[in-house]
Amino acid sequence: MIKVQNLAKVFGTKRAVDDISFTVERGEVLGFLGPNGAGKSTTMRMITGFLPPSAGKIAVGGYDIVDASIQARRLIGYLPENAPAYTDMTVHGFLTFCAEIRGLSGDARKRAVDKVVETCFLGAVLHQSVETLSKGYRHRTCFAQSIIHDPDVLVLDEPTDGLDPNQKHEVRQLIRRMGQTKAIIFSTHILEEVDAVCSRAIIIDRGRIVANGTPQELRQKSEWAGAVTIRVSGIDAATLSGKLSHLPTVKRTTILKEEATQVTARVFPKTNGNGTLASSVADLAKGWVVEELHTEEGRLDEVFHTITMPDTVREETK
Amino acid sequence: MNSSFANIKTITKRELGAYFSSPIAYVFIVIFLLLCGFFTFFVGGFFERREASLGLPFFEWHPWFYLFLVPAVGMRLWAEERRVGTLELLLTMPITAWQAIVGKFLASWLFLGLALLLTFPVVLTVNYLGHPDNGVIFTAYVGSWLMAGAYLAVSCITSALTRSQVVSFILSVVICLFLILAGFPPVINFLQQMANTHLVDLVTQFSVMTHFQGLQRGVLDSRDVLFFLSMIGFSLFTTSVILRTHRAG
Repeated sequence: MIKVQNLAKVFGTKRAVDDISFTVERGEVLGFLGPNGAGKSTTMRMITGFLPPSAGKIAVGGYDIVDASIQARRLIGYLPENAPAYTDMTVHGFLTFCAEIRGLSGDARKRAVDKVVETCFLGAVLHQSVETLSKGYRHRTCFAQSIIHDPDVLVLDEPTDGLDPNQKHEVRQLIRRMGQTKAIIFSTHILEEVDAVCSRAIIIDRGRIVANGTPQELRQKSEWAGAVTIRVSGIDAATLSGKLSHLPTVKRTTILKEEATQVTARVFPKTNGNGTLASSVADLAKGWVVEELHTEEGRLDEVFHTITMPDTVREETK
Repeated sequence: MNSSFANIKTITKRELGAYFSSPIAYVFIVIFLLLCGFFTFFVGGFFERREASLGLPFFEWHPWFYLFLVPAVGMRLWAEERRVGTLELLLTMPITAWQAIVGKFLASWLFLGLALLLTFPVVLTVNYLGHPDNGVIFTAYVGSWLMAGAYLAVSCITSALTRSQVVSFILSVVICLFLILAGFPPVINFLQQMANTHLVDLVTQFSVMTHFQGLQRGVLDSRDVLFFLSMIGFSLFTTSVILRTHRAG
């Protein structure tokens, strides 16, 4: 549904987006990750036709966003960053306006408005002016606007920003449910959201794609993927760490916690995520009093951190 | 074609609603009517003239009223959209930038037309007191509305230039002032001493004053009408270029 090819955007001398390509099919939810200023919003603004690309092509449902802009835009629902809405209108007035400009009229328009009001829980504030709404409600009003015409493609710029945990949960569920029949792109800073909602995630940094895969695949890139944590009684830390380090597949060992009777250690494998480390540790541990033994999954925040760290910081930590 | 009219209508309806859901509309109308009344009857000397016409005491002041009032109506058109961020919403809807520009302009122009129509008691008064040429009054009304449209189109440009309504207001007052002064008799006299007549003619042709004067006297000259319409068209085109430039980065 969405096809982005060699997309670039230059502001003055700054390359905000630099040669990005990806596709999103119907039934996919693509998570867009990256530090602030990485080019997430700029990319989304180009996909929705707000900013013209400096180079490259974007097609939405087969329509080029520049050459057949109106047809392409009909297919898209867009929630811009900070969820703007006309402050001088009531929620009902605003949604009716958006439905009307999307070409809905009469009964169809009324039904569409009623439906999104229900989906986004806006019933309580329907006749309140947008200006007086709390941030959560304003956000949901703008979100309602983006789904009012039941679009095939949804582009959501930080859809859960500023919502309370319950509302976040609702919105995630909604995105996941809609993701079954639509092509969705959404950007976020919250990594747990990627696990909860996305079928695929792209991490971009300084205008470039630095990682692209399922959340599972991304986690595999973590140093933590396949690491084994073990908690043993009746052995001292030095002995434990020495023995573990002698295993051929172990890269390094760290002691996490040392108590009077127990020691907790973590061993990192030489090759990521082949899953055999746990059994070799278990073999080694025969005869010890093992309280706990488990394999870690990779951690997204750690992956995110390592690949988007500025070069200067990376040098320092080496 | 049908859908573009529908889109323009939707935008116009929303914008008109926005005027009346805020105090702008009421404040504007009240002040405009007060000014009109005050200048017509006290400063313009409507009664002292003892003639049944509105040309001098009433319409004479319109270029000056509009100088401050029209930019006040037009300043929010695009500046507010940019400040709040709704511009991004509006321009990603399946409508062209032109439809949005025309829709917004029409809303404000209709609003100005409404304010102008509400001055009808002046017409009733002059008809009660004597027998004015109502054709002349009608033509002058059309001229006044066209002139308001030209000012408004200038305000559209300045509003698209900035996020700040204040900056937009000041810029458009300055530009409109030029448009008036280029045809203001004292300025013309001054210019005539400095430059040759052709140049002075050229300058005065760009003034709203020059073109409003004919209409004000009841002469419906197509050149004057064309001047105002082309000024509106050109300004709206400039607005579209500015909006596009912002996005091109």
